Amino acid sequence: MTPVLTVASLKKQFGALKAVDDISFEVRPGEIVGLVGPNGAGKTTTISMILGVLAPTSGAITIAGYDIARRRSQALAQTNFAAAYAPLPGNLTVEQNLRVFGMIYGVANLSARIDQLIAEYDLIPQRKAKTGVLSSGEQTRVTLAKAMLNNPRLLLLDEPTASIDPATARRIRTHIVDVAEKAGAGVLWTSHNMYEVAEVCDRVLFLSHGRILLAGAPEALIREHKAASLEDLFVTVANESLDPAGSAA
Amino acid sequence: MRFSRAAAVVLRQFYLLRGSPTRLLPMIAWVAIDIVLWGFITRYLSALTGPKVNLVASILGAVLLWDFLGRVMQGVTTAFFEDVWSRNFLNIFATPLTIADYLGGLVATGIGTSVLGLVAMLTLATTVFGFSFFAYGAAIAPFILVLFVTGISLGVLGTAIVLRLGPASEWLIWPIPSLLSPFVGVFYPLSTLPPWMQAIGRALPPSYVFEAMRAIVAGQGAQPDLLAMAIGLSAAYLLAACWVFARVYRFALRTGLIARYSAESAS
Repeated sequence: MTPVLTVASLKKQFGALKAVDDISFEVRPGEIVGLVGPNGAGKTTTISMILGVLAPTSGAITIAGYDIARRRSQALAQTNFAAAYAPLPGNLTVEQNLRVFGMIYGVANLSARIDQLIAEYDLIPQRKAKTGVLSSGEQTRVTLAKAMLNNPRLLLLDEPTASIDPATARRIRTHIVDVAEKAGAGVLWTSHNMYEVAEVCDRVLFLSHGRILLAGAPEALIREHKAASLEDLFVTVANESLDPAGSAA
Repeated sequence: MRFSRAAAVVLRQFYLLRGSPTRLLPMIAWVAIDIVLWGFITRYLSALTGPKVNLVASILGAVLLWDFLGRVMQGVTTAFFEDVWSRNFLNIFATPLTIADYLGGLVATGIGTSVLGLVAMLTLATTVFGFSFFAYGAAIAPFILVLFVTGISLGVLGTAIVLRLGPASEWLIWPIPSLLSPFVGVFYPLSTLPPWMQAIGRALPPSYVFEAMRAIVAGQGAQPDLLAMAIGLSAAYLLAACWVFARVYRFALRTGLIARYSAESAS
């Protein structure tokens, strides 16, 4: 199956700092891949490059067969994202935001798609409300609805449930798993919640100091490294990667 | 450029204007104040000089045209600033939207808002002070287009400056028309200026517009030489402004400025 995302020998250097240091991975259709690591590991830098808002120092990114460096617009039309640090404009209503971004993504039958997403994400009472006055959980649901507008083949989620109560977070996780399974979208998911990553992700990439230290299915990684849980493994790997004498991989 | 994407940028501005009278009011209020102020100054000066000199056409018309240029520029920059103020860069630029789509949307917004201001100015100048735009004849039309293109160029250049230097540099952008006005001879011929100011003035397209306007008012008819210079310069400035914006955008992609755009991050 052709990957929806191929990252090959990706590097990003800011002066002397190697924020992302020669990483390669793929996300296949229907697969949810967790990108985890301590703060400053290079997760958001990697996602920024995949989203085309940060140019790599070297390496290649291909989304659904489109090289983002050469066919940026076509590549980004196949993707969408939701990030806790990128709320939608607060001075537009929920419906207005979805309409503006739906037009940017060239969504067909936009009004019907907006109605569908507003219902799916329990936003009917907030439809005419300014996005900026919503609770953080409601804003996250609006951002996720925006991320689903164009039925993306690649979905990038950066801490998507960071400010959501556990019940809503569980519903959103279930919904995203459905999107991956039924629509065949590939999902790249960053999170610090290891319980969530273990529950949702088919594969996990541990990133530290810009390099992928570990990669594999959550259960397999726990078993191979004789860890009690994914969180224990995360803490061990993060600590070892900080210790120059340590060897994590 | 894809129409629906540029239209999305315009639609966002339309929603903001429709939902917020405080955004709509300044588009009309400031130009109205200018027309009222200069209208009475012109009326007073007309009383001193008598009917020999058409001060309404030359002074009030100049105010109107210069305000129009400022409105076009502000229309473009304000639409851009809405994305700065709402920290919307990541949402906007991590989409299929191209730079041409985005600039096209900003320019279309500038057209809409500046026409609104122009209509308000014309209504006030005509009804209260007896100004007639028809006094210039059709010869003034291409010069208005030159002012429009120059306003767009200044707007695009302004957005590039703010994208490069950060939101805190916004204050650098607003006074640009005021800084240029002494050099372009809005109210006086370029020959009034010292040579070094004339040299700068001759490099700016609006100078030719106001020279032509005064010639037309004086009954000297259309000014093809001035028009050719004005069109050539304004086209060159538009291309240069778009080139600068594209360069700054590529710099922003390389350095991560767009991904982490804030007053603190830009330098």
